[in-house]
Amino acid sequence: MMSVTLWGTRGSLAAPGPETARYGGNTSCVAVEGRLGSVLVLDAGTGVRRLGVSLPTSLKRVDILLTHLHMDHIIGLGFFALLRREGVDVHIWGPTSTTLSLRSRLNRYLSPPLFPVFLRDLEAQVTFHEVPAGHFEIGEFEITSALVCHPDPTVGYRVCSDGAVLTYLPDHEPALGSMQFPLSDDWTSGHALAAGADLLIHDAQYNREEYEARVGWGHSSFDQAFAFAALTEVKHFVPFHHDPSHSDDELDFWITEATAAIRPLFAVTPGIEGTKFALGR
Amino acid sequence: MSQKEIEIILARHLASYLAMPILIVDTEGTLLYYNEPAEEILGMRYTDTGEMRASEWGVLFKPTSDEGEPLAPERLPLVVALAERQPARGSFWIRGLDNVLRHIDIAAFPLVGQADRYLGALAMFWEVEL
Repeated sequence: MMSVTLWGTRGSLAAPGPETARYGGNTSCVAVEGRLGSVLVLDAGTGVRRLGVSLPTSLKRVDILLTHLHMDHIIGLGFFALLRREGVDVHIWGPTSTTLSLRSRLNRYLSPPLFPVFLRDLEAQVTFHEVPAGHFEIGEFEITSALVCHPDPTVGYRVCSDGAVLTYLPDHEPALGSMQFPLSDDWTSGHALAAGADLLIHDAQYNREEYEARVGWGHSSFDQAFAFAALTEVKHFVPFHHDPSHSDDELDFWITEATAAIRPLFAVTPGIEGTKFALGR
Repeated sequence: MSQKEIEIILARHLASYLAMPILIVDTEGTLLYYNEPAEEILGMRYTDTGEMRASEWGVLFKPTSDEGEPLAPERLPLVVALAERQPARGSFWIRGLDNVLRHIDIAAFPLVGQADRYLGALAMFWEVEL
């Protein structure tokens, strides 16, 4: 069985406050725990801090899979407890670039003046892996990574274990440039990663009007996210990466509105911090 | 049909917005996409033909030199860009499926994605007056 927990569901900027208390204000972070105890961390937004302190001290390896290096997806790294633990192997996976290594690019954040501690001074043993790496295995997980439509190199992940599939596309604008979205399967960004997934966690940052003013910023509207979920025939969809300006009540309204308009064949669970999913056998 | 690489998808979207005729082929030379301005010159519509293998589209347009001699496929800029993974340019005559003879100038370049993934090639062409 694969256990999936949402530790941060907000996009772009952490947004704590009474108006976002129910959905949560932490930025992107999802934990995936496998049957044999392997732990994957999908993105290291501010949500990764609480995840880190919840993990058992007996855990000796954790793999952090970064979709991209925008701040809301890496800002929690310096506060991830396991990076301060000796004897722990932390593997960080993230998109390659044409010029700098993943380590060099993360060093830009994890070094003064942006951060007081150097990456090299962290107690854990840190290993870097560049993606897309096609198919690879981590413990009991089979993982596929592929580039998707979002500014700056960005990947999505398809995680398979125990007969279940989780697809994670937190920042994704598959409708960009498409005059009629969705196009066919083969011309849709992210389709291969999401096809038939048991659980799709996908960008749904904007309402329709907001998207019109933010085309090319790398995110989807609720309508587009639902259309993508329908095209890829997923079984369960989680709208994710909520805009920091959206209150709990607004998110309730837009997700309910999109669900009513599309009447999807798949289940819809709003991306609320703390939500857990159990997938597979 | 498998999903296209993101760079190919974005290239198609870009091409669909540009007023310059554009062809996009994969590493096998399969014509993946051509935009509306290209349709005007080629005399056929993408929605009618869809993708075409190199063996199909390569012989459709009967490219010829200024002297009217048939051009060998390996001399075509798009084929050069694909085979040698280098930019290539050239001008020659083609006869579209609308049976109109046109003189065109082509600039082609290979498409190399992140992590040095070789994805195909893209050609831009113009009908030029002699």
